Amino acid sequence: MAEEFILIPGRTSRQGTSLNEGKDSDAYQEEINTLRMATTDMKRLAIDNGDNIRMWNDVGEVVIPCQAAKGDELPPGILFISYGDKSSYLMGGDTHGSGMPDSKCIDVFVEKFKTD
Amino acid sequence: MNIAEQDVNPKSNQLTVIKDATCTFCGCVCDDMELTVENNRITKAKNACVLGKAWFFHHGIQDRPNATIEGKPVSYEEAFDAAVEILLNATYPITYGLSDSTSEAQRVAVAITDWIGGTIDTTTSVCHGPSGIAFQSVGEVTCSLGEIKNRADFIIFWGGNPAESHPRHFTKYSLMPKGEFIPNGRKDRTVVLIDVRKTKSVKAADIFLQIKPRSDFELAWALRGLAKGIDIDSSIEQKIGISLATLRDMMDRMKEAKFGVILFGMGLTMTRGKHLNSEAVLALARDMNQYTRWCAKPMRGHGNVTGADNVVSWTTGFPFGVNLNRGYPRFNPGEFTTSDVLARGEADAALIIASDPMSNFSQPAREHLKTIKSIVLDPKLTDTAKHATVAFTTSTYGINTGGTVYRMDDVPIPLRPAFESPYKGDYEILKAIENRIRGKQLASMMD
Repeated sequence: MAEEFILIPGRTSRQGTSLNEGKDSDAYQEEINTLRMATTDMKRLAIDNGDNIRMWNDVGEVVIPCQAAKGDELPPGILFISYGDKSSYLMGGDTHGSGMPDSKCIDVFVEKFKTD
Repeated sequence: MNIAEQDVNPKSNQLTVIKDATCTFCGCVCDDMELTVENNRITKAKNACVLGKAWFFHHGIQDRPNATIEGKPVSYEEAFDAAVEILLNATYPITYGLSDSTSEAQRVAVAITDWIGGTIDTTTSVCHGPSGIAFQSVGEVTCSLGEIKNRADFIIFWGGNPAESHPRHFTKYSLMPKGEFIPNGRKDRTVVLIDVRKTKSVKAADIFLQIKPRSDFELAWALRGLAKGIDIDSSIEQKIGISLATLRDMMDRMKEAKFGVILFGMGLTMTRGKHLNSEAVLALARDMNQYTRWCAKPMRGHGNVTGADNVVSWTTGFPFGVNLNRGYPRFNPGEFTTSDVLARGEADAALIIASDPMSNFSQPAREHLKTIKSIVLDPKLTDTAKHATVAFTTSTYGINTGGTVYRMDDVPIPLRPAFESPYKGDYEILKAIENRIRGKQLASMMD
């Protein structure tokens, strides 16, 4: 069953180093294509490290592998992803007259991805 | 002699050391690099952080054509002509990017946009653009990084993660260094970190306020109220996730500081509220000057995004999102900012300099960008460059080309390039385009 989360896209050190190698590099692609979730949320949703999850909102939808956040970095209900292609699919074009799209604290629904 | 001090090994004649070089990866713009260059590649970058090392080590000479049209290699002249034709035939062209380019090149980009009656915008609009709006509302009680180093005894990092985004900020400017009035360095400073996530920066702080998502505005206004001696309703605790007792203690400490500074990141500007979040924090810093010295500065990301703000401001009067179609500048975020102009499907051509909107803009904006003609200047083959009608491979600013960049505290810093590139820099390419456009526009005026 889908649950509502708040997604925070952001920068990471590994993203910063690997983008210099090139955005086609394995390290960069792995970094922007991994979702981080609190372990308590993963247990509740029966998600293991590396499992694909489906994440969507009224803008778009992505399927992405999930990894446990390190320690207590993320409180329950909060997700983190490095800025990139996947996060862009969930970002709307409306900037509410500011020039800035809602790029952090994006409301999303999440469920474990089923292949059938 | 080159502006950089160079030591050449006479035996190999291939090893060069560039002292006091400048790193342009992030807004810290550290200008104490010592670069060792061997065979057109930087092999050592003394004093560089992990991000700086990656920047220097992975910007060698690319094996790519100077320029392409629709992916096919062409001469510079052919590419210049094609770029000019696209820009002059466009009804609503937009110039975007510029945060990883020199201020000299930024100035030419403004001139091109003026000649074609286009819109000029920079990555600021999706960075601290909301803070730029807030500056116009409440002003900015500002300071340099040098003042922070020498004076700040109370530092608040709000909505940012400098340990990962600006790794040397702590050691070079804000936390660790001993200063004229901070003789014991870190021991003389109180450091607070405010964030939703328990990031890697938390370890560096004395106090961590882990707030609930989308509560920065409420926290800033609660602190403003406490600063004025106003009773704050206890419901604020539920909203932001921090007790009133903690907030009162925080305010007492803030008032006792000799020199306080709030360094705020994109946790504020990218979250709902945006410019109102920045405005609240800037106003808090302003209010605190009733008691003691307080400043607030945005933590800027790209190496010369601050320069982009400065150059666009001193050429048009506004920092970003400026339309020049009527022959005079009009500033209106939301109308003339790139994300909006693309997402609404308005722009019919784009000149993109040293930026990759195709990899991080909103999906509606990316979809429209794919459909219009674009001219892209970038050292790397980015997603945006792959979709370009005309693409230029450029030399890398700070590594191959000189010029000026602005540090995040608006201090201009000269660049000391390490080695030559076979590719032209942004300035040369933009200047060639500008010269052609100017000639054609002047000729048409004479007709």
